[in-house]
Amino acid sequence: MGRTLAEKVWDDHVVRRAEGEPDLLYIDLHLLHEVTSPQAFDGLRKSGRRVRRTDLTIATEDHNTPTIDIDKPIADPVSRTQLETLRKNCAEFGIRLHPLGDAEQGVVHVVGPQLGLTQPGTTVVCGDSHTSTHGAFGALAFGIGTSQVEHVLATQTLPMAPFKTMAITVLGELPEGVTAKDLILAIIARIGTGGGQGYVIEYRGQAIEKLSMEARMTICNMSIEAGARAGMIAPDETTFAYLKGRDHAPSGAEWDEAVAYWKTLRTDEDAVFDHEVVIDAAELAPFVTWGTNPGQGAPLSASVPDPASFADPGERLAAEKALEYMGLSAGQRLRDIAVDTVFVGSCTNGRIEDLRSAAAVLRGRRIAEGVRMLVVPGSARVALQAVEEGLDRVFVEAGAEWRHAGCSMCLGMNPDQLSPGERSASTSNRNFEGRQGKGGRTHLVSPQVAAATAVTGRLSSPADLADVPTAVEV
Amino acid sequence: MEAFTTHTGRAVPLRRGNVDTDQIIPAHWLKKVTRDGFEDGLFEAWRKDPDFVLNQPERAGATVLVAGRDFGTGSSREHAVWALQNYGFKAVISSRFADIFRGNSLKNGLLTVVLPQETVEALWKLTEADPGAEVTVDLVERKVTAEGIEAPFELDENARWRLLEGLDDISITLQNEEAIAAFEAGRPAYKPRTQVA
Ligand code: SF4
Repeated sequence: MGRTLAEKVWDDHVVRRAEGEPDLLYIDLHLLHEVTSPQAFDGLRKSGRRVRRTDLTIATEDHNTPTIDIDKPIADPVSRTQLETLRKNCAEFGIRLHPLGDAEQGVVHVVGPQLGLTQPGTTVVCGDSHTSTHGAFGALAFGIGTSQVEHVLATQTLPMAPFKTMAITVLGELPEGVTAKDLILAIIARIGTGGGQGYVIEYRGQAIEKLSMEARMTICNMSIEAGARAGMIAPDETTFAYLKGRDHAPSGAEWDEAVAYWKTLRTDEDAVFDHEVVIDAAELAPFVTWGTNPGQGAPLSASVPDPASFADPGERLAAEKALEYMGLSAGQRLRDIAVDTVFVGSCTNGRIEDLRSAAAVLRGRRIAEGVRMLVVPGSARVALQAVEEGLDRVFVEAGAEWRHAGCSMCLGMNPDQLSPGERSASTSNRNFEGRQGKGGRTHLVSPQVAAATAVTGRLSSPADLADVPTAVEV
Repeated sequence: MEAFTTHTGRAVPLRRGNVDTDQIIPAHWLKKVTRDGFEDGLFEAWRKDPDFVLNQPERAGATVLVAGRDFGTGSSREHAVWALQNYGFKAVISSRFADIFRGNSLKNGLLTVVLPQETVEALWKLTEADPGAEVTVDLVERKVTAEGIEAPFELDENARWRLLEGLDDISITLQNEEAIAAFEAGRPAYKPRTQVA
């Protein structure tokens, strides 16, 4: 019987297989950031161990880094300690680090792909659940805990229990104005936050094949919000074109050899998935969340659902609690929900294409009175490119704040936070209670919807801006 | 890692599903660089409410958490496991756990027990009616017992053995040094490197 893409990559990394034990898998790339690594380094030190493969390991600073005044000392002493601890650990163990201020610094899942380190058929891990992002290249990429970080540092391997395979096939073409973010939010609403539990999801079908690499990353990024171990997309010409010429991509004869291997990374015709879901792209529309988990979403044209309409008692209760926390009532039109803050950024939607599409909506327009809009590029390099393209000026002239790279308001570990009761439209990936700041209320949206929402002050899509003239020509 | 064989203690019924790791330990606690001292951050937002189950005086010293479906979803932070352990929990029972959380907990010796939702309901009813009721989680016999309840649970043999013996994964893996070196020798040259060796 044939094998799926995920099974092929897995099989190519088995160091040791024994009856009744998890497979020992070799790890090709280990990404580190300041939050989930200090206790792992501590463990190494205590047991007198070293880092086995510093040449397969790379670190960046992202979660705690401020997005303004980055040349000044970090005000919060605890954040500062965490960054200093990472710097000390990387120096001591010989690990390459891109600290705040460095040209390659940024959110770890933006940095890996942009350096060309994330490649098809590799195994990628990071002490961070959104490591699933890297699966967009046909890599098997998953988030791990700090004990596992220590394990990979010491051994470059991980004992892993087997997974199940799921295919999500998206037929047809995404309608005009519908983005990868809308698609993945719709998928999570459909299969639920636990629907991917134990599975590696492979996204396939015509609509997926047409997506750019960055859009594919948005999709795979949020696989974890459906509970999946990982998300993957088979590598193709789009993948190869993205990688060619990047800093760490192979070159010369090695490029040809690599591409020949990468081309074998497709699910065999006769392979069988444990579960299959089919989605018709044509039915999709801009999608936003109304609740406090990423599965609680609906098309922007819909209304806040009535909790009583959920058949499952658990879901009903969850919806009731969510509406209470979000300060919404059943039947309210989503388009009528007013926001205080708009956040464009994160490893889901902080790449150059995301900034371009938000800027395209804002060009020549002003954001609504009383709305605060933060634009936080996913990495320093994305920021640089945005500046080269003049996008920063578009944002500033529209009244938004243009910031330095980092995780920022995606989780509010740095000073970029919502105040209690404040409401945001956010291009990030989690709308959990308090995720963006204590008492903050989050609506997950695409960059386009974020930008349109900033203009009207209410959840909106670019199509709603037809009546809002572009006042100034920029 | 401390070995886990069998444990008996009072339980905390947490009637909530989809408890994500942001609720278990909010992000601002993640700035610490140690593995201990997270107990005050456990369910921090909910603990502001005096009626929250963990705040009830009769729950003090309880060691078994009985939670709703899909416990530990969201962020991979292992701090969630440390917070539960620092607070004093030895075992968590739910009808379904998020994968990463479950992996993390087993690595730290916090036993996560999957039981059918009806059994979870029965445990909730029992421990709500009688906060002094004791629950035994027996990893040797692979069953959970409490007054009127006896429920077997599954755990793969390998994870069970590691927990029973209190074995640390890294030393087990390092016994395979030769296999790792052999695998490395066969890796293609086009694989990415972060540094020039
Ligand atoms: S941007 Fe958000 S989701 Fe992504 S790594 Fe940072 S905190 Fe995590």
